[in-house]
Amino acid sequence: MITLERVSKTYGSGGRAVQALEDIDLTVPKGTIHGVIGLSGAGKSTLIRCVNLLERPSAGRVFVDGQELTALDAAQLRQARHQCGMIFQHFNLLTNRSVYDNVALPLELMRESREAIRERVMPLLELTGLADKARQYPAELSGGQKQRVAIARALASRPKVLLCDEATSALDPQTTTSILSLLQEINQQLGLTILLITHEMEVVKSICHRVGLISDGRLVEEADVGDFFTAPATRLGREFLNDFLELEPPQALVERLEAEAGPHTHPVVRLTFSGDSVSTPLISRLAREHGIDVSILQAKVESIQGRTLGLMIAELMGGAEQTRQALATLESFDLHVEVLGHVQRTD
Amino acid sequence: MSSALIDLVWQSTLETLYMVAVSGLIAALLGVPLGVLLYVTRPRQILAQPVINTLLGVITNVGRSIPFIILLVAIIPFTRMIVGSSIGTNAAAVPLTIAAIPFVARLVEGALNEVSPGLVEAAQSMGATPLQIILKVLLPEARGGIINGLTITVVALVSYSAMAGAVGGGGLGDLGIRYGYNRFNPTVMLITVVVLVVMVQLFQSLGDYLVRKSDHK
Repeated sequence: MITLERVSKTYGSGGRAVQALEDIDLTVPKGTIHGVIGLSGAGKSTLIRCVNLLERPSAGRVFVDGQELTALDAAQLRQARHQCGMIFQHFNLLTNRSVYDNVALPLELMRESREAIRERVMPLLELTGLADKARQYPAELSGGQKQRVAIARALASRPKVLLCDEATSALDPQTTTSILSLLQEINQQLGLTILLITHEMEVVKSICHRVGLISDGRLVEEADVGDFFTAPATRLGREFLNDFLELEPPQALVERLEAEAGPHTHPVVRLTFSGDSVSTPLISRLAREHGIDVSILQAKVESIQGRTLGLMIAELMGGAEQTRQALATLESFDLHVEVLGHVQRTD
Repeated sequence: MSSALIDLVWQSTLETLYMVAVSGLIAALLGVPLGVLLYVTRPRQILAQPVINTLLGVITNVGRSIPFIILLVAIIPFTRMIVGSSIGTNAAAVPLTIAAIPFVARLVEGALNEVSPGLVEAAQSMGATPLQIILKVLLPEARGGIINGLTITVVALVSYSAMAGAVGGGGLGDLGIRYGYNRFNPTVMLITVVVLVVMVQLFQSLGDYLVRKSDHK
């Protein structure tokens, strides 16, 4: 439904040129929810603005529903934009229009009749749970309600694609959840294709089918959400995951960590279990087969899109040779092992 | 206070109101579109036209930098062409209008600049034409700021109209100078000032009321 072909965007020119996007290839199939996650300044906003050409790519082609937007003139592009609803972090509602008139705006722009507008707006307000707010003004609404108005407005022109630019970043966690379930509902009931950008893993985890990771203007990783959360392929992906799971070693331990192994040190490892390894009794096997004591410092189990993910930070307490064998055994299983450092023995 | 004096004050008040109303109305009709043009032709705006923008900017600044008393006499030939005479209340309204147009334009430009760029972006994402963005987004969203700017303009016009006496335009300022100052009549001076103060208060209150009523921010 959405295809980006080798899209690049450069701001400025000559020595001061800044490359915001570099060779982005992205395909979002019809009816899916695709997330793009990245840190601030990574190019997320530019990427989503390139889809409806609010930003014109410096190079590359953009297709929506088979139509090449990058090949259209200004008037054709305005027509094509009716196919792409968009919602924003700060809602961007017109303050001097009531809720009803905000939702009616795209239809007014399309020069629909008053009756046609009425027939379209009321069901949308029902869908978004705002039927009783029709005559109120945005200033009287909460953040979540404002975003609902924005969603209703984005749907008014019956788009095939919904672009969400950090749509929940200005909302509290509870409101975020309700907006995300509304988006999911829209995706399922109307079959709408959704492309969203965010810096929140929670958003990706809750509603996305696929996710892309953007860094310095490049898509560095793309995967099904289940795969991304169990085995991110890149270092940045793992950092996002660890931040999300809050599985960083405790500060007291970090202060004791040494980079190199010494004669009297134990390794501290971070284990990421997924798939079959979740149900394997690994810890007791290490103890039994290698004579290693495992001290668990932190552990967590998450369920993501029906898949189980386990994380653990543990100190492997044993002799140097036993520890080496234990690590080898761990790596032979379907899990990710990362040695965070070494601590002096206390025994 | 003699009835002759009351008549005189009343007559002058009407003259002031007439000059302010005529020049304010025409200046709004021409100044608002100029302000819109100044804004939308800015770089990175919806109708970015750097050359036109610079040109309009220079013209606006020239208009605003000429002292009013000089403008009043400098454009006498133009005034004569428009109203057929270079003296009288109508003649005074011409330079008042000319002075107010760039004033209104800059205030409107400022009011439009207060509209969040996100709203324009949202309208663009809906496929709005530049004209639709101006009429359905920029002007309605800047309504409060524009009314505020027009109020400031009207108050400034009340003050400028005091100089209309220089071309025989009459009005309260002229009354104050001729009767109060030249004939050493402090009563007339005081009455003139009081009427002007009340007039400005009323205009400002009306403007504030309209801003409150029209703005839902």
